[in-house]
Amino acid sequence: MAMLEVRDLQVYYGVICALKGISFDVEEGQIVSLIGANGAGKTTMMQSIVGLIPKRAGTVTFEGKDITKTPCHKIVHLGMTQVPEGRRIFQELSVYENLLMGAYTVKDQQRFKQDLESIYERFPRLAERKNQIAGTLSGGEQQMLAMGRAIMCHPRLLMLDEPSMGLSPLLVDQVFDIIKDINKDGTTVLLVEQNAGKSLAISDKAYVMENGKIVLSGTGAELAASEKVKKAYLGG
Amino acid sequence: MEIILSTLINGLSLGGIYAMIALGYTMVYGIAKMLNFAHGDIIMIGGYVIFVTMATGNPLIAIAVAVVACVILGVTIEKIAYKPLRGASPLAVLITAIGVSYLLQSLAQIIFGSAPKMVTVYDFGTIKLLGATVQISALVTLAVTVVVMVVLTLFIKYTRLGRAMIAVSEDRGAAQLMGIDVNGIITITFAIGSALAALAGLFYLLKAPSVSSTLGAMPGIKAFTAAVIGGIGSIPGAMLGGILLGMVESISYKITAIAPYTDAIEFSILIVILLVRPNGFLGKKRREKV
Repeated sequence: MAMLEVRDLQVYYGVICALKGISFDVEEGQIVSLIGANGAGKTTMMQSIVGLIPKRAGTVTFEGKDITKTPCHKIVHLGMTQVPEGRRIFQELSVYENLLMGAYTVKDQQRFKQDLESIYERFPRLAERKNQIAGTLSGGEQQMLAMGRAIMCHPRLLMLDEPSMGLSPLLVDQVFDIIKDINKDGTTVLLVEQNAGKSLAISDKAYVMENGKIVLSGTGAELAASEKVKKAYLGG
Repeated sequence: MEIILSTLINGLSLGGIYAMIALGYTMVYGIAKMLNFAHGDIIMIGGYVIFVTMATGNPLIAIAVAVVACVILGVTIEKIAYKPLRGASPLAVLITAIGVSYLLQSLAQIIFGSAPKMVTVYDFGTIKLLGATVQISALVTLAVTVVVMVVLTLFIKYTRLGRAMIAVSEDRGAAQLMGIDVNGIITITFAIGSALAALAGLFYLLKAPSVSSTLGAMPGIKAFTAAVIGGIGSIPGAMLGGILLGMVESISYKITAIAPYTDAIEFSILIVILLVRPNGFLGKKRREKV
């Protein structure tokens, strides 16, 4: 049994079908990525899995528990969360308060303090700016904050939606390093990216999405070597 | 000097009442993203509950019952009328709120009749302050308002629930991804707003001891105006807008030549503010989504 099992997931916006029956698995401990062009339905899929967008049909199972109809905040309490597209940090709150919100499900003060310290260790920039209003951070710092905020709740599955979007190449490398780190610490990662090359390079398993469907799957290395993927997504 | 002082105190206490009602509008707007036009009528219901419970002869019991009744009413209205419309068009929600407002007014008329009921909650009397005669009830109103605002500000800034309210008002989806139960937060918001409305109803009765089915209509609109002037969605904005409007009203009433036009002056200020600063004094600019 995989950690996350998505079966025949369908999502509609009005009469328009955005996801035409998506099925895939995320195995515990792995980094799994979904790549695809703009408009393929990647963000729709991510948001419907966590219950931010209603599903028309299909099932989602997390650690053997059916979460198809579970409201988003309860899914987070079960142990998975998401860094949403566009980061969506709380602009009016300070860096510290954002991390505090990330730990909303953590009741243990001692544990919160330890987590906070380890986040500040991992992201020294956030420590320097802990009292700064988050809306004034740079794009890269905001992405660090969004990732830090998400891991404050100790997710066993972390979903990241386009974490490298709008970042400079140097920061993109840093973001991918952090994702690998988070995974090494025992967190399973589901990654959605337009940067196909980098995400395939760190993925154990990968899927290619086109027009609301999964059209290809394989290990990261297999897909990176596939002619089709090379042509369409790797600029070769 | 005496006139200035009494105008100031009247203005501040009236402004405090407006601010307290405006807080209900602005918090519900910020968190549930809707204009609850039935909010003013909660004040009226609070007034009637005080009228009924004053039969016990104990103002404190009357106030406590009114607050509890208004909280239950506010939360129930949200559950029955607004919650099913989550995600519906804002216009549908707005019309529903107006409908709830008329429903409450009509219910009050059916139960209590259309003639105003006299209620004397407590007669504080007057006090001489630097030569001016001041209603002690105005000072009490002012004091309670200040306490309520300080407590509310601290609650929002420093408690887990308060911060969750800020998070929901800023980004409902991201708040859910933190594990925050948005429906629960909305319920709490309606409860706080309704409790403040009950207090506002009490202060109205201290000012003018009569309650009718339209008691909440004008204060509701004035407080909504105050919320918009201050910047709807902003809590300090609601406080500022309320005090500002109360002062304008109090000063305008003292100047014989313009006293009859007081309402017109207040609403004109709204129009001017909307033209010059559409987001109000402390409102945030709506962020453009890329």
